[in-house]
Order: sequence, then structure tokens, then C-alpha cells
Amino acid sequence: MFYREAGDFKTSYRDDNQTFPIRLDRMGYYILMFVAFLVVPFFINDYWVNAVFVPFLIYAIAALGLNILTGYAGQVSLGTGGFMAVGAYACYKLMTGFPEVSIVIHILLAGGITAVVGVAFGLPSLRIKGFYLAVATLAAQFFLVWLFNKVPWFYNYSASGQITAPERSVFGVMVTGPNTEAWAKYMICLVFVVALAWVARNLTRGMMGRKWMGIRDMDIAAEIIGVNPLMAKMSAFAVSSFFVGIAGALFFSVYLGAAEASEAFGINKSFLILFMVIIGGLGSIFGSFAGAAFMVLMPVFLKNVLVGGLGWPTDLAAHFEFMIVGGLIVLFLIVEPHGLAQLWRLTKEKLRLWPFPH
Amino acid sequence: MTMTTDMSADSYVTADGRTIGGVVMDLKNITLRFGGVVAIKDISFDIREGEIRAIIGPNGAGKSSMLNVISGFYKPQEGEVWFRGSKRPPMRPYQVARQGLARTFQNIALFDGMSVLDNIMTGRLNHMKANIFQQAIWKGKAEREEIANREICEKVIDFLEIQHIRKTPVGRLPYGLKKRVELARALAAQPSLLLLDEPMAGMNVEEKEDMSRFILDMNDEFGTTIALIEHDMGVVMDLSDRVVVMDYGKKIGDGTPDEVRNNQDVIDAYLGVAHD
Repeated sequence: MFYREAGDFKTSYRDDNQTFPIRLDRMGYYILMFVAFLVVPFFINDYWVNAVFVPFLIYAIAALGLNILTGYAGQVSLGTGGFMAVGAYACYKLMTGFPEVSIVIHILLAGGITAVVGVAFGLPSLRIKGFYLAVATLAAQFFLVWLFNKVPWFYNYSASGQITAPERSVFGVMVTGPNTEAWAKYMICLVFVVALAWVARNLTRGMMGRKWMGIRDMDIAAEIIGVNPLMAKMSAFAVSSFFVGIAGALFFSVYLGAAEASEAFGINKSFLILFMVIIGGLGSIFGSFAGAAFMVLMPVFLKNVLVGGLGWPTDLAAHFEFMIVGGLIVLFLIVEPHGLAQLWRLTKEKLRLWPFPH
Repeated sequence: MTMTTDMSADSYVTADGRTIGGVVMDLKNITLRFGGVVAIKDISFDIREGEIRAIIGPNGAGKSSMLNVISGFYKPQEGEVWFRGSKRPPMRPYQVARQGLARTFQNIALFDGMSVLDNIMTGRLNHMKANIFQQAIWKGKAEREEIANREICEKVIDFLEIQHIRKTPVGRLPYGLKKRVELARALAAQPSLLLLDEPMAGMNVEEKEDMSRFILDMNDEFGTTIALIEHDMGVVMDLSDRVVVMDYGKKIGDGTPDEVRNNQDVIDAYLGVAHD
């Protein structure tokens, strides 16, 4: 009844192009931003930050990145974990090499370095498609993790083979290292997420996004109307890897604090993020967030219910958690193969007509 | 449309008052082989500015191959393609598109996951110059360009009468409308030469009439040069200024519809001829 576009007239193409064309959506977005920036930081504690908010935000960035590559440009990638490792190690080397430079710049540069590596590993996509490309990116995953374990220069010859984030601050507030306050971790991730989601939205609604989707939907037709397939695919790999690299840098420096390539950025990460994108919805910005939320929140929620609510032993609950999450993924894919984003879209369609659907 | 004027002149005026200009595309001695199969044998013809040029012929005559040569998708083994007065070097199809060629396909090649509007906007991609960083920021050049090009697309949408499906995903549309959206995408590029590969295939009489009207109006209002392949003889003879007839990869006729209609080789190719 309230959710509809009737009476909300658009008088310019600019208004017609906006991200949230329906007034209620717009309001919801502003309220969400207000709560995220001005309410949550004051009530947040260590448990919520480390278990829910920070992993959700960081995985959302990685899922956005993979969604640009797989959902928009149609290039399957199983190398996400490897590219996150590139971001993490690049960030580590920059942080230790240039301690006087701001961490924000280091994180952005780490994204840039990952973009270059991503383009290099994306080159086979010009020749191979689908499953074969997935296998090629799988090679990137294993090669990169092997490289970071094998060459001591990457972890500054530390005895443990780990990389550890030194303490760094932004505007005088500590954001990395063991003494970081919960709200600071949350805020730096939130700022990156909001900025990158905005960039992703801008790129996908404009000509870049159309080129990517053209390559995804029918590459020959796209080439004949003027899309350079080399540029379109490489830009998708570059932008996607930039996002994933930033996610990796944040994951290491802000969330983990210390990391080891094969543990933190193994093949499991690649699959986890691929699941987020598929469950959330391919080719949807909202879907990336929904998928990340689902995969991060579901285990936490189940753990709280099983251990906290029903009083089960922790190990039993942990195994059941795997089974239930796996079952839910299968169920979701059967019920709605286009992901949570499609469910959300259908709900909105229904709401628009409610309560008079005729 | 009969023509009595001297066609070797640089430009002339047709019976219905349209001005036909000089040669836009000149194909010289094109030969295309796939292994041992010769798809096109030594064909030459030209397309003039502002005209509607039809390529006809029985199945397997090499018409679509010819169109693919023009749009750069196939590279002929022999022969030269001259476009707007200069010889075209070997090019990838996207480079040919940048020169101002647009085309539609026999079996629709739209982007199913995108809306009608987005599909038509892709036709504008050679006219949009904002780089990836400007697009990432959106405000400024990218947005201005988007709106300016949207206006052009809206004109095309108006012209082809598809306002009501602007935001519908293309995958949900019926066949006839998809054909029209594909034409809109090609037209949005404001091409100097538009290639239509069987624009009326699989349409009923009413849809064919609509499509014929669009083709004529396009040519008349925007002055678009059109080369088309079509099987419906009635349509071809009514629409086109000049017709090329192909059979087994060879050119067997070239001229105004009337000339072609009375050409003995053409009649033989279509009706068959007794071999003794």
C-alpha cells in the first residue's frame, strides 16, 4: 500500500536513472546509512564486531568483487582466495616498508597490485570459457598461496612464516594491531564497504557494466556492436581483483591481525565467496550483501541457538551447523536458483501491488 | 520505385524524391573460402549513400556470408573492401563497428539479461568516451554522457514505438518485439551503414508491414544507408532501390528491382532450369 511508485513522477532522465527509484526504498537506504554510521558504533562490542560485523563487511567487499567478474562479466573464477592473499601480502609489505604512509593508501595500493595480478591471471579468459576458465583460475589460487609460503621475502623472513599487522592509525585512531577498539575496526570496514559499493553500482549501471553484461550474455554480438572483448574482460578482472584485494588487505590487517597464506586464504575462501555470490544472486549488488550476510550470519545464528538455546555440546553443534548450512544452501538453490536478490525482487513486485493485486 | 536516372553519376534523385549520394561501401572481387568450400566467388558491388540495397538469393547462396564479410566477422581470402573512400585494412569486428557500421542478426542476438533500454544503450557505446575512473565516480562526465545518450535512445524508442517495454528484461519479450529492439539497438548507433540480416524472418503479415514501414521511415527521416537480406520477394521489390542477386556464391544479377525481375539468370535461379 505504501510501497509503490504511483505519484512519484520522474521528470528527468537523471531521476529515472537513480539507484532507488521508489521513495520508500530511498528512505530505507538513508535510515540504514544513519544507523550504520551513527548508531551502531556506539553500541557495538568486541563479540559483535569480530563474529558478525567485520567479517560481514569484508566478505561483502569480496563478494562484490567476485560478482562483478562472475555475475556481471560472466567469467567464472575460483581464485578469489589467492587474490585476497595478494591483497593481504601487498598490504603487509607496504605497511612494513613504508610505515609513515597512511594505512588507507596502503589498502588502496594493495587493491591496485591485486588488480594487476588479476589481469595477468585473467589473460587465459580470452581463449577459454566456463569450466575451463574456472580451472585456470584455480591454478592461480594454488600458485599464489604456494608462492607466499615459499618465498620468505613476502613474510619478511619471520620465523613463524606468518605476517603480523603492525599498529597503524587513521586520524589518530588505532585501526590495526591488538589494541584496536571494536568501533574503529567496524568504522574503517564500513567506510570501505560504502565507498566500494557505490563504485560498483556506478560501474555496473553505466557503459562499463553494459559492456560486461554484453560479453556475458552473448560475446559475439557484443563484439560486433563494438565491444572490445580484450578490454571488457581485462577491465572486469582488474576491477574485480581490486575489490578482492582490498577485502584481503582488510581481512588480514583489521580482522585477523596475523595470517598465514594457506590457512587464511586457502581454496575454502574461494568457494565460500563463490557460494555467497551464487546464493545472494549473480549480477546484483544487493545480492552480494545478502549472500555475505547469509554465509556469515547463519553459522553464528545456529551456534547461538544450538549451544546457547538448546544447550548442546559445542563439538556436536559445530558439526550440525555444517549440515544445516549445507542443507539450506541446497534448498535455496532449488527453490530460487537466482538467489536471494531474486527473492527480494519478487517480494518488491508483490508489495507494489499489495493489497490489490488486480 | 523505378529509376530512370543515370546511376553512374555521383548523386541522383529517385522517383520519390530522395537523394542518393556517392558510394559508401565498395566491395571489389570478394572471394571467401571455408577450406574447400567456396562461399563467395569473385563478387563486386557497391552501396551508395542513402539507398536501400537488398541482397537476395536462394538458400545457401552466400548472402549471410557476404554480410559477415562486410561487418568484418569473416575475412575474405581475396578482394578488397573500400569504406568511405579508403581501403579497409584487416580489422576485428569491434573496430569495424567503430567506423560506423551496425547490424542486426538473422537469429536475434540481444543481451537477454539486460532491459530493453540497456540493450539499446549498448548501441551508443562507440559514442561514449568517459573512462573507467570517470564512470566509477559517475558524477560529472559519465552522468552527463549517460543522459545525453539516453535522449538519443529515447528518440529511437519513440520512433520504433516500444516505449511501453522500455524497462522490461529482453528475455521476456515475444519474437516480433525482440526483432524491433534489435533494430533499435542498431539504429541507436546512428550508423553510416546499417546491415539487416533477414529483418522479417518469421513474422506475420502485420509485423512485416510494420517492419517495412520502419525501414522506409528510417531511410527517409534519418537518411540511413541500409543493406538488407530478405527472402520475401514482395517486400524486397517494394523497399529497395537496387538489388544484388546471388546464387551458389556468384553474383547473377544487379540493378533496380525491375531490371532484376526480368533478368533471365535470376528467373532460372529461383524457378529452376531444365538441364539436358
